[in-house]
Amino acid sequence: MAPALELDGLERRYGDRVALSGVTVRLEPGRTLAVFGANGAGKTTLLRVLAGLLRPHAGTARVMGCELPGETWKVRGRIGYLGHDPLLYRQLTGRENLTYQSRLYDLEPERVEEALAAVGLERRANEPVRDLSKGMVQRLAAARATLHDPDLLLLDEPRANLDPAAADRLEPLIGRDSGRARVLVTHDVDGGLAEADLAVGLRGGRQAFALPAGELDGARARGLYS
Amino acid sequence: MIRAAAAILRKDLTIEMRTKESVPAMTLFSVTVYVLFHFGLDRDTLDGELASGVLWVTLLLATVIGVSRLFATEREQGGIDALLLAPVDRTALFVAKAAALFLYLVLLEVVAVPVFGLLLLGPDLLAALPELLVILVLADIGLAAVGALVAALAVETRARELVVPLLLLPLVVPLLIGAASASEPLLREGAEPEDLGRFLALLAGYDLVFLLIALAVFDFLLDD
Repeated sequence: MAPALELDGLERRYGDRVALSGVTVRLEPGRTLAVFGANGAGKTTLLRVLAGLLRPHAGTARVMGCELPGETWKVRGRIGYLGHDPLLYRQLTGRENLTYQSRLYDLEPERVEEALAAVGLERRANEPVRDLSKGMVQRLAAARATLHDPDLLLLDEPRANLDPAAADRLEPLIGRDSGRARVLVTHDVDGGLAEADLAVGLRGGRQAFALPAGELDGARARGLYS
Repeated sequence: MIRAAAAILRKDLTIEMRTKESVPAMTLFSVTVYVLFHFGLDRDTLDGELASGVLWVTLLLATVIGVSRLFATEREQGGIDALLLAPVDRTALFVAKAAALFLYLVLLEVVAVPVFGLLLLGPDLLAALPELLVILVLADIGLAAVGALVAALAVETRARELVVPLLLLPLVVPLLIGAASASEPLLREGAEPEDLGRFLALLAGYDLVFLLIALAVFDFLLDD
């Protein structure tokens, strides 16, 4: 089976500004990569490049054996993206949002009910998203991101706005036990290291380290934020 | 592609029915402009060239409102990212947006054209209606194709409220010429259609050209 990720010297710019540079990492299927870095370090840019939403400008990026950007179309539908924006329509209900997504992914309608049950939102599913709390919106966004049973999850602070019970509820979907390869962007160094196999640190868009999580000293990761 | 386009269109129409942001604004704008012409021209009735010009320029300006709002929910709520992540041909987005705009224009005209007939038009609107409906449908197809294309071009620009009219209005000049010229004889007292076939062919040709252009380039418009 092809690695979930193979990045070699990945670079991305916005105009003249280098947002990401020299990112080199290999992640096997089912494993978790934690990405650390201060605000503006390039974490979200990395996720958006891996999702095929941004083109890499140099280096190589392979996602599940498919080279980006040329073969992005092959990995669409195999990636689940849970970012800061829930990618939900506020005027639609939770059920309508997931039904819309299920149509885009050509899924059976029952999958929507399963996903709502998995995040514990069956009883609020007919309310517009704008009426839900931030935590509920995040749960619904997790349901959206995993509705199509993706092989790779790209997670940007996925537990933001979640209480402990809600975070536990999402573990089978987006946690380590989901069995999916994951790229986890987080500021929680200890939590991130605990659930990661690999860790990458970004400082000013450049890769500061890429190490097995067990070999990384938490203090070194926390140093990225100083 | 059709499945995805239908899903996007259904979603857009549901949101429009709940928010009522586009069609009511377009309709209200048109009615207001007709009222302004009614008083501004200081004439009880119009016919011929003037009537045709007032009808079409107002409809085109109302179209600008619809085009400006066409991608609003996608832009504001990350809908484009969700679409780009899905295994969906991007052309589906064009088809859905053009279809939505076409429906908005039809709804606009269901109200605006009778209001125009009541407030401004001298000759009987009903007599001109069969041919006028054909002209309206052909013009709406062209406006929907160009409008969806321009809306996609403008979606990531900061000054999109400026970009939409600046791009759209020059592009629809041939359509305006065809639609206004085809309508003018119909809006004259007791007049018969003149050169209708020629102008309908012009409109159909315009529709075909812009549909093909849009289908060819739309994929690249959403590229990073």
